[in-house]
Amino acid sequence: MKRLVYFTLAISVLIIGLFGINQSLNHSTEKAGTGSLTIYNWGDYIDPSLIKEFEEEFNLRVVYETFDSNEAMYTKVKQAGTNYDLLIPSEYMIERMIEEDLLHKLDKSQITGIDHLLPDLLALSFDPGNDYSIPYFWGTLGIIYNDRLISEDAIGSWADLWNPAYENQVLLIDGAREIVGLTLQSLDYSLNSKDLDELDEAKTKLDDLAPNVKAIVADEIKMYMIQEEGQIAVSFSGEAADMMAENEHLHYLLPEEGSNLWFDSMVIPKTAQNIEGAHDFISFILRPEIAAQNAEYIGYSSPNQTAIENEMDPELVVDEQFYPNLAALDHLEVYENLTLEYVDLYNEIFLKFKMK
Amino acid sequence: MERNRFNKFFDQSDSILTIPYFLWLAFFVLAPLALLAYQSVQGIDGRWTLENIIRYFSSTSYLKMTLQSFVYATMITLITLTLAYPAAYLLTQTQHKELWRMLLILPTWINILLKAYAFIGILSQSGAVNNFLEWLGIGPKQILFTNFSFLLVATYIELPFMILPIMNAIDEIDSSFVQASHDLGANSWETTKEIIFPLSLKGVRTGVQAVFIPSLSLFMLTRLIGGNRVITLGTAIEQHFLVTQNWGMGSTIGLVLVLLMFLVMRLTNKGKGKSKGGF
Amino acid sequence: MQKKITGSKIYLVIVFILLYLPIFYLIYYSFNAGGTMNEFTGFTFEHYQAVLADKRLFQIVVQTLLLALSSSLVATLIGTFGAILIYRVKSQERKNSLLTLNNILLVSPDVIIGSSFLLVFTFAGYQLGFISVLLSHIAFSIPIVVLMVLPSLEELNETMLKAAQDLGANSWQVLGRVILPNISPGILAGFFMAFTYSLDDFAVTFFVTGNGFTTLSVEIYSRARQGISLEINALSSLLFLAALLLVIGYYGISQYNRRMHEGKRLGADL
Repeated sequence: MKRLVYFTLAISVLIIGLFGINQSLNHSTEKAGTGSLTIYNWGDYIDPSLIKEFEEEFNLRVVYETFDSNEAMYTKVKQAGTNYDLLIPSEYMIERMIEEDLLHKLDKSQITGIDHLLPDLLALSFDPGNDYSIPYFWGTLGIIYNDRLISEDAIGSWADLWNPAYENQVLLIDGAREIVGLTLQSLDYSLNSKDLDELDEAKTKLDDLAPNVKAIVADEIKMYMIQEEGQIAVSFSGEAADMMAENEHLHYLLPEEGSNLWFDSMVIPKTAQNIEGAHDFISFILRPEIAAQNAEYIGYSSPNQTAIENEMDPELVVDEQFYPNLAALDHLEVYENLTLEYVDLYNEIFLKFKMK
Repeated sequence: MERNRFNKFFDQSDSILTIPYFLWLAFFVLAPLALLAYQSVQGIDGRWTLENIIRYFSSTSYLKMTLQSFVYATMITLITLTLAYPAAYLLTQTQHKELWRMLLILPTWINILLKAYAFIGILSQSGAVNNFLEWLGIGPKQILFTNFSFLLVATYIELPFMILPIMNAIDEIDSSFVQASHDLGANSWETTKEIIFPLSLKGVRTGVQAVFIPSLSLFMLTRLIGGNRVITLGTAIEQHFLVTQNWGMGSTIGLVLVLLMFLVMRLTNKGKGKSKGGF
Repeated sequence: MQKKITGSKIYLVIVFILLYLPIFYLIYYSFNAGGTMNEFTGFTFEHYQAVLADKRLFQIVVQTLLLALSSSLVATLIGTFGAILIYRVKSQERKNSLLTLNNILLVSPDVIIGSSFLLVFTFAGYQLGFISVLLSHIAFSIPIVVLMVLPSLEELNETMLKAAQDLGANSWQVLGRVILPNISPGILAGFFMAFTYSLDDFAVTFFVTGNGFTTLSVEIYSRARQGISLEINALSSLLFLAALLLVIGYYGISQYNRRMHEGKRLGADL
């Protein structure tokens, strides 16, 4: 009994000590500003020094919370047990949130610097007037290959993934929209297809891909490609940039049939408390020098034209794979928010494919 | 009336200590369970339906997945048990067993995702294990994305949860029994077989439950290490709750898991009756 | 005999090497200048410097430990009495039903637990934050505590309990002087398992947190899309070392105390 009592006492002392440290930490950060701005973003998706800069300039305390998937973020925002002032979700989720009336309409008069953005990246289907969202980063879905085993001219399209020579070589990203979508594109259909015959055809074609698939993984795909566990992978351009920085044998290509154009954009939820601060933050990120610094830290493609042309390391932006000539690519499609019924169907096809 | 039945050795005054447990049962077990049951009879469009349940039982994919989950959980449990029992026994024989017990728990405090990433590094084509195989002249082998690597890492994660209860059970065996057995002329193998093993079965049962039940719903390792070549019910639930947002279907599969767990509890408790009879 | 001992020692050594292998791997790469856990290109302390300079990360660590310690302490308390309750139930049938209910949270995947707790909290109109996370962690740790304490209870010597009662001990005395001391290994095991569960949890915390409260697991998982930097490796190495020192220190002190105690008793006997 003595032992239990001592043990309980020791743990209690530790708890009290930690509580004290935590309180004093809260205290020291609180006096930095009068108000606060709560940002809900992917983990490690902003240069932390920018947050500090913003806090100092606008005299606000930034609370930075993180999520690991759009859907998880959506669940939390919708349940509204907590208040976020600014979110950075992906485009299909933004479309859904607009439809469900979860987003606050932006006051464009409070935002400066929209004119810095690439015009091709504005007014897209998920938010035609950019009434709710301002692009943060963007990119494409493509093929990453290792030039030690695959020569540059051997591969150029989604259809090449079905090449029997790549048996048990291909790593796929774990996303139903992505994989069913690329199959649809390889058949010359839209990746937003709601045509049951087209989907059925895609299902049959996808099943033929199974022998080539080595694994279906998520964020780890980056690690696997760097370590040369797989020779070919389907993943996002942002991930590809990171991989290529670590392993010089890796290359990224945009398939000739087309690809998905994705966005992570800044939006303000209806439940926001500090709407003015959120607008200030958007304007802050739109400043070319800030956008450039952030893009160099993260490694994803910036939507800020002025930043690309004037502020960034020219070597980073000449790469056509990451800053493609948008006008010339008419096959880039943005994901539309499918109804739940179709989301379920896409996932059912993908699940069956995984079970092969 | 309930209490009278419960109390064997005690008057009722200390029963108030169990109130928090009842509150927990009500708010964190029964309420979510009711929620699960409610959601499982709702379609995506929010109307009442048995569609999820019908879909589950008429789909070969889901039934196959259920079987797979069950088989993998059984394999993980058996492998951990085989490795854990001798380790637990030997640990109770060491001098500093308290220290070893703590050292056993320590690795579980490192984040599981980080440990999985470390395993990816160790098992990859250019990793430590393959370098060693190459040095032996066997040449590199595909280790990741195989059933072997999945079982290996799952066993790694679950091992302490098996060793600990067995170790506790062996530790609590009255040393006079062991002494008596020796005095009666039994050698150490006989003592182990006749005294220690039967008396440690309670720990084994706890270990089996603590490993098997969570193993049914593993999902992260199936993707990270198994490359989604192993699909369990956990994967499907994860997908329905997060990707398709079809909470109804996810809840239905969740209920199936509860059912499976209930079956396992029945089975392990049958063993219990027998061991009691034997003594 | 001698041979058998070395054989068993080798077995234990192998088990412990397996348990610590990935951790040493993580620590080794925390010194890698190359930035990934793949190729070791050069030695550096820069990841450690980054950790020590990162105030946000430090606060997350403090919050994580605060949460894990307090939730496992409370869960152990509630779970121990829950186990005593289940132990006292005579009917095997009822015991089984209670145990099944007890284990439901063990078998449920984290997303289910997280989302249903979120619904319970929002239904009750509860503000999400530290307290909601704490309650959830207590909730999902209770079953493992019960599972660990129960076998110790079943080992209890019933005649001893009866004897204590015959000698006039009331239920509180029996509890404090007979039951609890005898089941303390189970209680401690329960506490440490609860602690592990709390540290490891990502999904449940994610769903029920708010108001700026984050744990290390949530931070690590949400960094996965960007690739987990070696800064996290460095941080984990530091925490691991601290825990190791704590364990060895605690053990050293308890050994010392015991020896003093035994020495005294021996003196008294003489």
